[in-house]
Amino acid sequence: MSKMTMSQKILAAHAHLDEVKAGQLIEADLDLVLGNDITSPVAIGEMEKFNTKGVFDKDKIALVPDHFVPNKDIKSAQNCKCVREFAKKNDITNYFEVGQMGIEHALLPEKGLTVAGDLIIGADSHTCTYGALGAFSTGVGSTDMAAGMATGKAWFKVPSAIKFNLTGKLSENVSGKDVILHIIGMIGVDGALYKSMEFTGDGVASLSMDDRFTIANMAIEAGGKNGIFPVDEKTLEYLKEHAPGKEIKVYEADADAEYDEVYDIDLSALKPTVAFPHLPENTHTFDENFDIKIDQVVIGSCTNGRINDMRIAADILKGRKVADGVRCIVIPATQSIYLQAMEEGIIRTFIEAGAVVSTPTCGPCLGGYMGILASGERCVSTTNRNFVGRMGATDSEIYLASPAVAAASAITGKLSQPSEL
Amino acid sequence: MKEAKGRVFKFGDNVDTDVIIPARYLNTTDHKELAAHCMEDIDKEFIKNVKEGDIIVANKNFGCGSSREHAPIAIKAAGVSCVIAETFARIFYRNSINIGLPIVECEEAAKEIAADDVVSINFDTGVITDETTGKTYQGQAFPPFMQKIIDSEGLVNYINANN
Ligand code: SF4
Repeated sequence: MSKMTMSQKILAAHAHLDEVKAGQLIEADLDLVLGNDITSPVAIGEMEKFNTKGVFDKDKIALVPDHFVPNKDIKSAQNCKCVREFAKKNDITNYFEVGQMGIEHALLPEKGLTVAGDLIIGADSHTCTYGALGAFSTGVGSTDMAAGMATGKAWFKVPSAIKFNLTGKLSENVSGKDVILHIIGMIGVDGALYKSMEFTGDGVASLSMDDRFTIANMAIEAGGKNGIFPVDEKTLEYLKEHAPGKEIKVYEADADAEYDEVYDIDLSALKPTVAFPHLPENTHTFDENFDIKIDQVVIGSCTNGRINDMRIAADILKGRKVADGVRCIVIPATQSIYLQAMEEGIIRTFIEAGAVVSTPTCGPCLGGYMGILASGERCVSTTNRNFVGRMGATDSEIYLASPAVAAASAITGKLSQPSEL
Repeated sequence: MKEAKGRVFKFGDNVDTDVIIPARYLNTTDHKELAAHCMEDIDKEFIKNVKEGDIIVANKNFGCGSSREHAPIAIKAAGVSCVIAETFARIFYRNSINIGLPIVECEEAAKEIAADDVVSINFDTGVITDETTGKTYQGQAFPPFMQKIIDSEGLVNYINANN
């Protein structure tokens, strides 16, 4: 009898093995290989060096220029041109041009390109996001991406796992972001190094798909190889809507699967949580009385730029105004989220409140453009990293928080939770 | 490369890829240009002082954060011959092997070796020698499969040779 975790089962199936064990090196077939405008040009350069000419499967590669797009400068434009020409030359089905593109990790699930049971690699660390759908997906570098595009395979060291047993239900104004920040605060930025983070338990059912995407997205911030959720009715409903007709494989961990550690987390006990500069593990709750004045708020990114995030922020900003001297930048993650937000009147709400709304882009999340911080400035952001200099000047500060906390902070001009309004 | 020897630059825990090569420079793939900004946000003097063959020694979780291969590329192109750390973040670890930047995990060496010491590493045996103090350490050897990639000087050559 095997004793495999959910992640191990997906790896075993793709390596055509009955069983795998933690630490084992395997070669596995890939369902999707992803790259963006920063990582793909490096991978495309490597592709030239392979004996095998061309790509393994033009339908199983996704190229999403999203980081510096629409191009912020000439060099970015050159990079995008390189990706565009490669896509054209190889007849890549899933290349997303400006106008169709969105932030990759919001876009691919929405387009039905990532489904339960898939094995996915992406040359972007937040590729772990698709674990929300019950896929094994993990970030790699450009050379691995190139090898994946050329051969359709990748090498993996089978990871061991940490189990997070979720119970209860989140309270009002607490969301997936607070769950994952709480976990990272608890185990640290290398707490899950090389490991799978498997989220299970009764509490999962109450989490929206958008909450699950947010949680799986930040597995990498704990050093995790992947984060993964079981497939339930909500997952199937999501896949039915976004990936109709696609083959779905549901894997479950064996009842006697072995875990390095098990954590029990009562969702109802969680509070709005903020990661202070300069590490995502540096978490605090509002039990401490903060007095932190801010200059900017960013609501967006692959972590929190989905429609639920927009709704949460808009509910708080409705009928209120962004504080004097604060810039509030809202970035819906994809064109369809943008459109949905427009139809629901959410964009109007943002603009009336004094926020600016941008076309989909990673932009400020990685200090690219569209909201760079000056020396000494502070930003409350729904993004995923608050490293030194991540959003601008090396002495600027990023406070990672949920859309609810970000919106409330935009109104008060200081780090605040919604109950303070 | 079977051996490396150089002067040590020391860094602490959780050196992330954003400080190894800030995203504002990711609009290029030029190795020299990337190297020119290596470690800029954590140590402005690094790139002025680093010499061909020098060695980086750091503590836990070196290379955490983004998947940008530009990070090990920048370090390698800056002339660094090896990175020794207590632990590496997994994507950085993978990327380094794939591009042929030697990296060694060794907790004791990472803790004890001081900045400016001269250190040599034998990649066949994994033995690290602090020539300044005379002390030796046993670094973790690579699993045989990874050693094959390193011996092939990167993943692409390895795949070409095996397909
Ligand atoms: S939004 Fe930020 S974290 Fe997400 S893919 Fe873009 S740069 Fe990376």
